[in-house]
Amino acid sequence: MKKILVIAEAKDNIYKSPAFEITSSGKHIANAMGAEFDVMTISDASAEQLNNLGKYGAKKIFQLSLAELNTLSGIDGIIYSHSAISAAISNFANTNSYDLILISGTSFGKEIAPQIAVRTNSAIITDCTGINTDGKLSFKRPSFAGKCNTIVNYNTEKLVVTLRPNVFKAEISEVSPEIQKLSADSLNVQKTDFRTYVSEVAVSTGKLDVAEADIIVSGGRGLKNPESFKLVEDLAGALGAAIGASRAVVDAGWRPHGEQVGQTGKTVSPSLYIACGISGAIQHLAGMSSSKFIVAINKDKDAPIFQIADYGIVGDVFEILPALTEEIKKLKV
Amino acid sequence: MKIVVCVSLVPDSTTKIKIGSTGKSIDETGVTFIINPYDEFAVEEAVQLKEKNGGEVYALSVGTDKSKEAIKKAFQMGADKGILLKTDTMDIDPYLVAKNLSEEIKLINPDIILFGKQSIDYDGSVVPNMTAEFLGLPSVNVVTKLDINGSEAVLEREIEGGKEIIKASLPLVVGTQKGLNNPRYPNLKSIMASKSKPIEEKPLYTADKMTEVSGMTLPESKGQGKIFTDGAANVPELVRLLREEAKII
Ligand SMILES: Cc1cc2nc3c(=O)[nH]c(=O)nc-3n(C[C@H](O)[C@H](O)[C@H](O)COP(=O)(O)OP(=O)(O)OC[C@H]3O[C@@H](n4cnc5c(N)ncnc54)[C@H](O)[C@@H]3O)c2cc1C
Ligand SMILES: Nc1ncnc2c1ncn2[C@@H]1O[C@H](COP(=O)(O)O)[C@@H](O)[C@H]1O
Repeated sequence: MKKILVIAEAKDNIYKSPAFEITSSGKHIANAMGAEFDVMTISDASAEQLNNLGKYGAKKIFQLSLAELNTLSGIDGIIYSHSAISAAISNFANTNSYDLILISGTSFGKEIAPQIAVRTNSAIITDCTGINTDGKLSFKRPSFAGKCNTIVNYNTEKLVVTLRPNVFKAEISEVSPEIQKLSADSLNVQKTDFRTYVSEVAVSTGKLDVAEADIIVSGGRGLKNPESFKLVEDLAGALGAAIGASRAVVDAGWRPHGEQVGQTGKTVSPSLYIACGISGAIQHLAGMSSSKFIVAINKDKDAPIFQIADYGIVGDVFEILPALTEEIKKLKV
Repeated sequence: MKIVVCVSLVPDSTTKIKIGSTGKSIDETGVTFIINPYDEFAVEEAVQLKEKNGGEVYALSVGTDKSKEAIKKAFQMGADKGILLKTDTMDIDPYLVAKNLSEEIKLINPDIILFGKQSIDYDGSVVPNMTAEFLGLPSVNVVTKLDINGSEAVLEREIEGGKEIIKASLPLVVGTQKGLNNPRYPNLKSIMASKSKPIEEKPLYTADKMTEVSGMTLPESKGQGKIFTDGAANVPELVRLLREEAKII
């Protein structure tokens, strides 16, 4: 492992915690393995935004303008193309002999990582939650819906890795980054690399998504009906949290699928996960058991959710949730 | 329309996982295996496309003899042909699977190739886009809507807090997510009809792997949490702990 390339993902030209975590992890691996590390970003982020990456140790940042890359497509109304971005990253990595490419395990990162692995002739290990730098680099990743962890090694010269968001700490290590602009032409991206393109991004307005939230308040069938999710919304509001849901309530049409946590929903690892009226079926646990702190509220003391809870109250959500919301509000005034 | 759907056989999601004697794979005794739940969305979509446009559905799997069960399930849902690329063990990796699938798909030369978005054993979410890249084809994973008009496709892909609308042209690789359709339950007639459909067995094109599982561990148990039993009366104490002990609010 000699040269590491960290891909910093920007959303609308703004860097968020996954970009800081991956930069910090790149620095950590580089230090431990005696390797170099550079950051690459495909965005039109401002110098100020790029300096934010410097706070987490990015010494050298290669920036390719997304707008410039898009002009190579000749397509009107293109927002971005996963395949063209994969091509740009791969060509850059191949020319400059990077042997480890680190990508955030966001929905964007998960889409491009396998494409980049093939284009750079690398092994791929996804959704890692642990990095072992003693001896040969290996990674820990959850398998079987989080019911066990596997340690994965690779037997190639090059490797692509995605890290699960919210798991690795973004450690401050302030440097002022040297920013080098890359021209799209120099990266040899072809028109034919625009195999797919995004023509529209529809965001559910204003709502914080479970996959990005630091605190999640989730509700299950214990809430009895869609109207009483108001109690969950109130608590989430008081905490600045996102709302999650079990599959039972999503299937019943009480909540949108985007809120479902679990095996067939989203995998989350927030700092705090509050499960309200959720039994804790194995498929639900699959999506949230790596949360740092888990609070369970359930009237059944034998509900499986209590087995993985750090804190819990056995009782009625209809009494506990309003009391909890009040208590939290008191803290904030 | 020529349609390929790739299916894998995985332990039932309610399985209690025990680590096997080698320490590198699970103990399979008593484990029930099923078709990967996400692959049912892929099979359903494949069969619906056939029903609409005519053509044939090929179900492909890389695995041991056991994996025929996944192909049989695809038959019951309406797939026409089955091909098993046979391995000696289930000690395989995404590269091996994607490389072999891509070689077989080259021979079939389909218009569309469907996958589940993720297998619930390895949980890699790698094989669909990797296979596509070996084939030089466009791919979109985590798809919740697919509209095909001639050789053009418009897809919706689930992302954090919303969705992307994506355009691509056929031939195309699609990884399917819940929400795309409702997988059918096979009826008696289709179950009977599926019995006469043969599964072609083929050797692997390559047995090379790029990654190796070197160990497996069960998640560290959290240790007994602090569980209170006085209902709403415990709320102030809970908030105090979250603030002072856990330091998260
Ligand atoms: C292939 C597959 C995939 C699946 N994927 C997912 C997934 O992604 N996510 C998911 O969540 N599930 C998933 N499931 C479903 C899962 O098995 C459970 O059925 C589901 O999680 C149950 O939801 P629940 O906890 O809301 O409901 P229940 O299991 O019905 O639990 C309700 C809980 O509320 C409690 N309760 C009732 N009234 C009150 C009250 N007044 N106050 C306090 N507590 C109360 C009860 O004690 C009970 O524990 C999947 C299942 C399968 C087979
Ligand atoms: N052994 C296999 N044989 C055929 N298809 C597979 C196999 N493994 C994975 N797939 C397909 O690839 C998808 C994603 O798997 P994975 O990348 O392992 O998460 C699955 O939903 C299947 O459609």
